[in-house]
Amino acid sequence: MEWFEELKALAKSGQPLTFWQDFYVKFYQAFIEKDRWQQYLNGVGTTLLVTALALLIGVVLGVIVSVVRTAYDQQRPGHRNPLLAFLNAIFRVYVTVIRGTPMMVQLLVMGLVIFASSKEFAMVGALTLGINSGAYTSEIIRGGLMSVDIGQMEAGRSLGLTYTDTMVHIIIPQAVKAILPALGNEFIVLLKDTSMISVIGGKELVYFARGVISRTYEPMFPFLGTALIYLILVMLFTWLLGIFERRLRASDRR
Amino acid sequence: MIDVKDLRKQFGDHVVLNGISTHIDKGECVCIIGPSGSGKSTFLRCMNLLETPTSGDIIFDGVSMTDPKTDINRMRQKMGMVFQHFNLFPNMTVLKNMTLAPVRTNLKIRLEAEDQAMALLKRVGLEDKADAYPAQLSGGQKQRVAIVRALCMEPDVMLFDEPTSALDPEMVGEVLDVMKNLARAGMTMVVVTHEMGFAREVSNRVMFLDEGVIAEEGDPRDLFYHPKSERLQSFLSKVL
Repeated sequence: MEWFEELKALAKSGQPLTFWQDFYVKFYQAFIEKDRWQQYLNGVGTTLLVTALALLIGVVLGVIVSVVRTAYDQQRPGHRNPLLAFLNAIFRVYVTVIRGTPMMVQLLVMGLVIFASSKEFAMVGALTLGINSGAYTSEIIRGGLMSVDIGQMEAGRSLGLTYTDTMVHIIIPQAVKAILPALGNEFIVLLKDTSMISVIGGKELVYFARGVISRTYEPMFPFLGTALIYLILVMLFTWLLGIFERRLRASDRR
Repeated sequence: MIDVKDLRKQFGDHVVLNGISTHIDKGECVCIIGPSGSGKSTFLRCMNLLETPTSGDIIFDGVSMTDPKTDINRMRQKMGMVFQHFNLFPNMTVLKNMTLAPVRTNLKIRLEAEDQAMALLKRVGLEDKADAYPAQLSGGQKQRVAIVRALCMEPDVMLFDEPTSALDPEMVGEVLDVMKNLARAGMTMVVVTHEMGFAREVSNRVMFLDEGVIAEEGDPRDLFYHPKSERLQSFLSKVL
């Protein structure tokens, strides 16, 4: 603390600092002065909250969309369900629009047009990210559902199980195992994409890093710190996913 | 028990079943033989509506299977099916494979279903595999589990779709033995098979399918030793 003040005074008087002195001052300014580390922590909190919410929305949307689209494709001839056809058409438009427009534009439209009057920037961001992620997740899950051997569905149905029961107990668990690496990828992208919600005022990690820079005019440490925090979060995520994957692989042991 | 009335099935322009009519009695063991592409499997799969017939009807226990008002799930509970590729659920243990359907369809409570499953496993000599996953079983063991899994639903009829075709030769016997015992116990069975020995020894009636029609059918001894049609003669000369 005292050393920091001394060095700052030294720098102000025009005397050049050594590399390490300079390093110390900038580091101190970026994280310790005025307890700025708390701001990063705040930001991480929001980042994680937004990720969790968006993940939840994305997975729920992804499951619904993919199951409806798969069910539509698997209808028996002569047993076409008009509700399913209607939902299928809507979901196809949804996937096309979301995948066909940039994430940033979706955020701007949601934050500054549709929810322009809302002050819950982070929540609007989470909703947008969730809707975006849902489109990609649905295609990943759909691929997984289609990759399960058709004989599994036939075996389930031949035992008298309903389509829904067969899906829930037999097809989806196998599909999830097959798509976990792809889903993990999508979740990591989602976690990092939360950094974009600062453009509509979401107070997450990047928002606070920029806040610190606007005080200190020193971008190096806040941004490097931010990058390091994201890296640690993603590594944690990957580790958790690995544990989950190993658990699901229990039935593969011979 | 099962009445098949002028059953036809087309995949696009390709006619697979071209008018099949037959009757299967309770306790009968019917084997369906024929060259590949003759529609044997399609015929079997039409019976429990895994394939939707283009026209014609299957009357099972007095109920039309093709009637849109028929509760198809309920009807399928009474028709067990065994597949060429076993189709065990790889994400569940053997015991769970067997108890899932009876419990989910409210046929039995879990403990009851487990007791019955264990008894059935014992009957086919696999009681020590109850907690194994399908990946840990041999082909013959998998198929035996698939048979008892279907039996757990206490079906009135069992459909077998080439149950030994995907097995290593030394494992065919153990599966056929289970099927023989089942037939002797009075189970109604419809078996699509290439095992002529089984057809000759166990079945009450053999059906020879060719080009989507029943070309010849009758008592296995008559059919195998005194084939009438030329097509059956040439088929038997190739497979026997």
